[in-house]
Amino acid sequence: MTKNNFEVIRPGINTTFQDLGRNSLYHIGIPFSGAMDNRNFILANAIAGNKENTPVIEFAYQGPLLKFKGEKINFNITGNVSFNVIKKDEKIEGNCYENYSLEEGDQLDIISTNKSIYGYLAISGNFEVQFQWGSCSTNTKANVGANDGKKIEKEQVIKVTDTHSHNSKRKLDYINSKIENIRVIKGTNFNYFSEEGKKKFFEKEFTVTKLTDRMGMRLEGPKIENIVDTNIKSEGIIKGVIQVPADGNPIIMLSDHGTIGGYPKIGVVISSDYDKLVQLPPGSKIKFKEINLSDAEILFRLYEMETQNLISKIK
Amino acid sequence: MIKNISNLGDSALYCDFGSKVNKEINSKVIQYFKNIKDKKIEGITNITPSYNKLIISFDMRIVNFTNLKEKIENLNLKEFINKKGNVIKIPICCDKDFSLDLKRLEKKLKISGDKILEKFFSRRYYCYMTGFIAGHPFLGDTDEFIRAKRLETPRVKIPKGSVGLTEQFCNIYSFESPGGWNIIGNTPLNIFDKKNEIKPNLINPGDTVIFEQISKEEHKKYND
Repeated sequence: MTKNNFEVIRPGINTTFQDLGRNSLYHIGIPFSGAMDNRNFILANAIAGNKENTPVIEFAYQGPLLKFKGEKINFNITGNVSFNVIKKDEKIEGNCYENYSLEEGDQLDIISTNKSIYGYLAISGNFEVQFQWGSCSTNTKANVGANDGKKIEKEQVIKVTDTHSHNSKRKLDYINSKIENIRVIKGTNFNYFSEEGKKKFFEKEFTVTKLTDRMGMRLEGPKIENIVDTNIKSEGIIKGVIQVPADGNPIIMLSDHGTIGGYPKIGVVISSDYDKLVQLPPGSKIKFKEINLSDAEILFRLYEMETQNLISKIK
Repeated sequence: MIKNISNLGDSALYCDFGSKVNKEINSKVIQYFKNIKDKKIEGITNITPSYNKLIISFDMRIVNFTNLKEKIENLNLKEFINKKGNVIKIPICCDKDFSLDLKRLEKKLKISGDKILEKFFSRRYYCYMTGFIAGHPFLGDTDEFIRAKRLETPRVKIPKGSVGLTEQFCNIYSFESPGGWNIIGNTPLNIFDKKNEIKPNLINPGDTVIFEQISKEEHKKYND
């Protein structure tokens, strides 16, 4: 146990501890949770020199302002994020995907995410967090996970249990690319919708609304007409499922989604596009593109290879 | 038996047991759930039973749809000893402070509130599934004279412990949550305990629930 810790001067909007999430609990009503943007989570730990599933701090829009106390520690931030390291006599403008060090009294000011929602802070070491069902991931709706299942709050002290001094200069040249189309496999209730509704779904543009959080993303656009029934008998759902309730506006289920849902499913976002989907801030325009299962499987293999390649490029 | 297995996106199997909702079909779903869980098949990340469907999520780095589908189709099903599940008694207070929608139901169903409660308490309920929020059970079937649709505009906040009705089902809100069911009472019991990692849910699929009416004083005393 070290004496290192962070004092939370400003918590930010939605700052939580996250890791890869928890499995095998959908049947009791507990979703997967975990870092929303999986690749940026993986990269944060890789640059920090941590094990793959080490807890990190996830923030949305505005991040936290933290004051560090203790012996020198390394950290990095992933995503598309503006942040400053404030030292006694200088202010360093930070770059993502690059390790920096903090010393006694230094402040880390995570100002905002740019044209995206989520960013990640990993330290070379471990935060002191509680684990539930093998994961620290915070689900603020069920109050499950680290920090008693709550967001990180003002004046809270975040303890660091151990640190390791990896090469402090580790960095990666990477820019998050934008996505034009979200690729989707037809849902199990695809035929609940009118021919025109299905056409609109794959041809027209939809806007991400402000009603978007870790549970789901609500979209607005042309209304999708249901010709069978606006409810189904409630059944299991998974992240990426696109439900269309009676009002005709699609809702995409995200990592903290309810495990059971009763609205017809028009489609499911493919796994390789999920990280980019969750980063679309309110106001973004998206189009859905139909894809079949075998192409989705190939795209996932490519996504995985690209992540591995990025890790190998960290210097 | 499973009528059809299709894919839900690229990382889940959608096992369809037909369109009917009854105890017999649901018992089959639960039997499959228990068997698959017991086999610990590599790559499966979640198994979600519901009335008449079973969703099996998997890690695409370990298995794919075609291989996993074959495994599920060729599964040798065994019977589990505790097939009938547990019987659980749940105390409920239906005082007007808790029965938020009883007046509305009187009008909708054109029977008195007392009659609605009498019919509600006269049955034992079967747990079809748990989920939506942690620990939240879907129970059935209710008397056909007390069946009503969901509220047209769901409530933003339903108090923890609320007991609701919709169609042939009833439920218990394990913690404060949005929701659209017709609320007729409240239980002081904790039906989800996040500290109990082995058995966090008081009620599990296949269990039988008996509701017992209690007074406002008894409800209050429960948590003292």
